[in-house]
Amino acid sequence: MLSRNSTRAAQRLLRAASQPQQRLNAARTFASVSDAPSQTVQSDIFKPTKYGGKYTVTLIPGDGIGAEVAESVKTVFKADNVPITWEQIEVSGLQETPAGRTEEKFQEAVASLRRNKLGLKGILHTPIARSGHQSFNVALRQELDIYASVSLVKNIPGLKTRHDNIDLCIIRENTEGEYSGLEHQSVPGVVESLKIITRAKSERIAKFAFSFALANNRKKVTCIHKANIMKLADGLFRGTFQRLAKDYPQLECNDMIVDNASMQCVGRPQQFDVMVMPNLYGGILSNIAAALVGGPGVVPGCNMGRDVAVFEPGCRHVGLDIKGKDQANPTALLLSGTMLLRHLGLDDHANRISNAVYDVIAQGNVRTPDMGGQATNQEFTRAILESMEKAL
Amino acid sequence: MLALRAIAAPVQRQCWRAAPRAAVTLSLQNQRFYSQDRVAKFDGQKDAQGRYTVSLIEGDGIGPEIAVAVKDIFAAAKTPIAWEPINVDPILKDGKTAIPDDAIESIRKNKIALKGPLATPIGKGHVSLNLTLRRTFNLFANLRPCRSVAGYKTPYDNVDTVLIRENTEGEYSGIEHVVVDGVVQSIKLITREASERVLRFAFQHARTIGRKKVRVVHKATIMKMSDGLFLTVGNQVAKEFPDIEFDAELLDNTCLKMTTDPVPYNDKVLVMPNLYGDILSDMCAGLIGGLGLTPSGNIGDECSIFEAVHGSAPDIAGKGLANPTALLLSSLMMLRHMGLNEYAERIEKATFDTLAEGKALTGDLGGKAKTHEYAAAIIEKL
Repeated sequence: MLSRNSTRAAQRLLRAASQPQQRLNAARTFASVSDAPSQTVQSDIFKPTKYGGKYTVTLIPGDGIGAEVAESVKTVFKADNVPITWEQIEVSGLQETPAGRTEEKFQEAVASLRRNKLGLKGILHTPIARSGHQSFNVALRQELDIYASVSLVKNIPGLKTRHDNIDLCIIRENTEGEYSGLEHQSVPGVVESLKIITRAKSERIAKFAFSFALANNRKKVTCIHKANIMKLADGLFRGTFQRLAKDYPQLECNDMIVDNASMQCVGRPQQFDVMVMPNLYGGILSNIAAALVGGPGVVPGCNMGRDVAVFEPGCRHVGLDIKGKDQANPTALLLSGTMLLRHLGLDDHANRISNAVYDVIAQGNVRTPDMGGQATNQEFTRAILESMEKAL
Repeated sequence: MLALRAIAAPVQRQCWRAAPRAAVTLSLQNQRFYSQDRVAKFDGQKDAQGRYTVSLIEGDGIGPEIAVAVKDIFAAAKTPIAWEPINVDPILKDGKTAIPDDAIESIRKNKIALKGPLATPIGKGHVSLNLTLRRTFNLFANLRPCRSVAGYKTPYDNVDTVLIRENTEGEYSGIEHVVVDGVVQSIKLITREASERVLRFAFQHARTIGRKKVRVVHKATIMKMSDGLFLTVGNQVAKEFPDIEFDAELLDNTCLKMTTDPVPYNDKVLVMPNLYGDILSDMCAGLIGGLGLTPSGNIGDECSIFEAVHGSAPDIAGKGLANPTALLLSSLMMLRHMGLNEYAERIEKATFDTLAEGKALTGDLGGKAKTHEYAAAIIEKL
């Protein structure tokens, strides 16, 4: 069942990839950081219904800076007359909210996403306490089987960091691995936590990675694992990857051990292109990679499933420390939003918005503190609006 | 899932009350219970000439060359060390990979060893020799300091991190099985005893090197029980060390912040479970320019093994091109562990001066010097 569907998804992506790409046109090169999985819209099951000429998209602002950056996205999208109606659901992972209510809201969000098939989401807070609930972020992905997380890590022109010419993409299995949530205490003081790796899901994510690479003119796919120690679990992941790699002779495929990969990532990140890995390693590497290009505020991403696609920042940080201070950087969520627009085939809107964002950052006068500026989120958003107006 | 946790909760509460007793009765391999004693104290004996004997595993590939460099430098610094070379080529014992008995005997007797790189065949189904050594001697903590080397430019300056990794369990427990074809379970094992031991070592090490902060890196948001236990034990052990500031940080944040700017970590000792430590310690090595410059120590109660963690580089073996810095810095950690601090400081100064000067660097650092020329330059500085 799983593999049949993923085969279909892969074929779809392939078909889309072989069609002539207008993306190579020069005007779009600037925006290519976020033109990832727009191809999937070719399929019918993926195509959300339009009501009254508008798409309905679930918006989950999330905790921390979520509300602020979601407001920016809404403002910018509205200014561009994007044909989207938001169905906003205030899920929160914070414990201050009245008990019972969070669970209820979470279910509402799941139902809404099932219905709309599309979502834009901030990050939900997860408590450490054992009495606290399981991560809603993880639960959502498991519930809707949005199995592939994609983070696009690329230097933004004009934003100087320690490294240049980074253009990599982290594809992470989202539904199993270390985040299975299966844990038990055998005897007091001895805890076992299960990591699950299955062939079906490894196959699915590997195929997704290969198809993604082809569809986006990427050359190389690297499998990240720790098969020298976890010979069975990561061995299965790596073995599956290598077996499937044979079907994609046009791509360069290799694999790398996760500790070496993180070392290479801070030393020579330019060598990476598409990287595919199990859940936990994805969390580690997406953070390392995000730091290379300017932090979680500038890395967009999405989560693709069989039926539902949820777009969220590629490096998942709640940002509770700067909540309500108007210092948040909306770039990550805005660019994730433009990925959503491309997914819907609304490329003109996507280009206008992403060009405006890149334009403001490149000019450098108005930047949020994480990008080395002093502007507030609102000032930054206003600068984007102005830039969009000028472009008209 | 939810139901399971509800049932587990009362059990958990009981266990806190019974904790000290439980820790004693449940210790599986090692019956020691840690109280205020110093964890992993070196108690080797001097020989008739007032020297300590150290077991030396030269290793494969470039191992013998870099070992010679270290021996020469130690001799020039008149370090009171006698080397006892041993061979650890694996043998099969009852179908399992094992280390030859005389090698085990030597390390047991000397309580300390220095080890060059060993080649591990990948994916051959036999356990890596490093892992075997760790298991045999129960080397529970892996100590990985990373310090920027003046004279070797990387995008990061002034890095000076200290990372301690739990070495015996966690994700690398080696407990895995195929449930049905195509479904594998791999078990991450966290025990109170092993966590307590490594955490206490971390606090003691922080005192030894004069750092005031210890930070646990964890992912208890997702792994609430296993990493949660590690974190809880950390909080408990911290009470015994009121002079040391203790806090915790989520793995994601550590990765992000360290890669953005590692300098704020210069006053901290980081301690974490096995996998995170493995990844982050190599990541830190990447910050300063790779494994050729990072020392490593595996600390255990019975004995400790200091090693170069880089590969055996068979392609340049025997050509005199290898960089002995990692092994040398590891040997300096070893000297400090043995309490021979003055010697360690002298050699360290000479080494860093030589690196900063940049006249006699090996090929991997962009120089042209041979291994022995680099060693000679350090000896001259002594």
